[in-house]
Amino acid sequence: MSKKLYLDNAATTRVKKEVIEEMRQYFDEYYGNPSSSLYELGRKSKEAIENARKQVADFLNADEKELYFTAGGSESDNWAVKGVAFANKNKGNHIITTKIEHHAILHTCEYLEKFGFETTYLDVDKYGMIDLEKLKEAIRPETILISIMYANNEIGTIQPIEQIGEIAQEHGIIFHTDAVQALGSVKIDVKKQHIDLLSMSAHKIGGPKGVGGMFIRKGVKIDNFIHGGGQERGRRAGTEGVQSIVGFGKAVEIAERDFDKHIANLTKLRDRLIDGIKLNISEVVLNGHPTMRLPNNVNFSYKYVEGESILLLLDMEGISASSGSACTSGSLDPSHVLLATGLDHGTAHGSIRFSISEEITEEDIDYTVETMKNIISRLRAMSPIKNDEDLKKGNSL
Amino acid sequence: MYTETVMDHFRNPRNVGSMENADGVGQVGNPKCGDIMKIYLKINDDIIEDVKFETFGCGSAIASSSMATELIKGKSIDEAVELSNKAVIEALGGLPPVKVHCSVLAEQAVKSALFDYSQKTGKVIKGLEDYKPEDDEDIHCH
Repeated sequence: MSKKLYLDNAATTRVKKEVIEEMRQYFDEYYGNPSSSLYELGRKSKEAIENARKQVADFLNADEKELYFTAGGSESDNWAVKGVAFANKNKGNHIITTKIEHHAILHTCEYLEKFGFETTYLDVDKYGMIDLEKLKEAIRPETILISIMYANNEIGTIQPIEQIGEIAQEHGIIFHTDAVQALGSVKIDVKKQHIDLLSMSAHKIGGPKGVGGMFIRKGVKIDNFIHGGGQERGRRAGTEGVQSIVGFGKAVEIAERDFDKHIANLTKLRDRLIDGIKLNISEVVLNGHPTMRLPNNVNFSYKYVEGESILLLLDMEGISASSGSACTSGSLDPSHVLLATGLDHGTAHGSIRFSISEEITEEDIDYTVETMKNIISRLRAMSPIKNDEDLKKGNSL
Repeated sequence: MYTETVMDHFRNPRNVGSMENADGVGQVGNPKCGDIMKIYLKINDDIIEDVKFETFGCGSAIASSSMATELIKGKSIDEAVELSNKAVIEALGGLPPVKVHCSVLAEQAVKSALFDYSQKTGKVIKGLEDYKPEDDEDIHCH
């Protein structure tokens, strides 16, 4: 099998050629330290960073002074949650988040609980959507932060960010959103959506790994993250990864330039894949929201079969994807996101996420559907679970 | 992550399927934990003449079931009851530590099927005197 189909773009993406081209000169030509602004080589690096900062800030409708570069999405999430918690602890100790956040948020909240902070983890409905009324009910006088992801990495559900921002603003609470998956896939406007803090990562949008960013609204009280030199306005010290930041800026520039075409193209392919699977494979459950979902995300559970087996067989046919099965995570339970949507364990074990890119064609989609059809029927023929009764029996144990 | 033998048994599992009028049937595991194995035995003169399996689970669960059936096919019931998860792992050329429970499940599935046979026939199988089928549920989900 010579075909190679990378359908795991929510995990990471191929770095775009234009991005690599742009980065190249900052390795051995303009290698100056941006802090050494007394000579030209240093100034060149400084200019490159500030240019990237403007590119990213513009994309979010933010001021470039509100944009900080970090080493990636997890760092930005850590900074947002810890930085706000510690800087505002005299105001309160309560944080509101959701059950479907990335572990960079969930584990950071757990860490803060050791220091006396309390967290409310909001439930989601079967589509992975939070309930705005429940959010309002969860707010206490001591609530200092609401952190809700823009779009979910596993099931692609997009939250009502603007309404959440309005609620946070009305109550004078800082609002952070993890937009690692959303960047480049949805229109983000931090002003209109009342976002105070926003996490980003470059490698999800064709940029290099190891670089990300955070938008911090002017006036938001947050502790500095890395103490040291004066880089990033003294908030995140350490010599900047100039070439990576340049790559991030370029990736954002491309995302902005191609936005409409990109979204239209991906949405069409996504829906072709969703429809193809629904039409050709029985007993499947679409995870995530039918319409409020990322244009690159397709996540189904295939009843009576297990995800890791599916991934291994897909790999043999040249297709890379990911699964919410416990077997692939090394943990006891299947994905916390799928369980939060109310999916039973047995069904959650049989979930596969395809995340597409602009490199994928309609023929690739049809090949994927056909391959999945064969794999699922092969594994089902092997499975002792034949119907929902068998599943239920096991789940009640 | 998997050995060549594991991948071979996963890709081309031996003895897959169900069996009508099996002399012994055993099922262990549950979907909550992500793996279930069902083993069917055809026994004649205390010899396992035929064996089939059905498995819901990851690659190593399928490979472990396949290997376990190969190891007991043609053997006497006294030999089959001795099958250990270690023997399954060895025959597979090793399993990653997080997948060792799959081999335990395979051993238990064989014992469970033999127990069913002894229950149906009244035949006492050495090593299964204290066997409690309900114990299966606690063993693998970890």
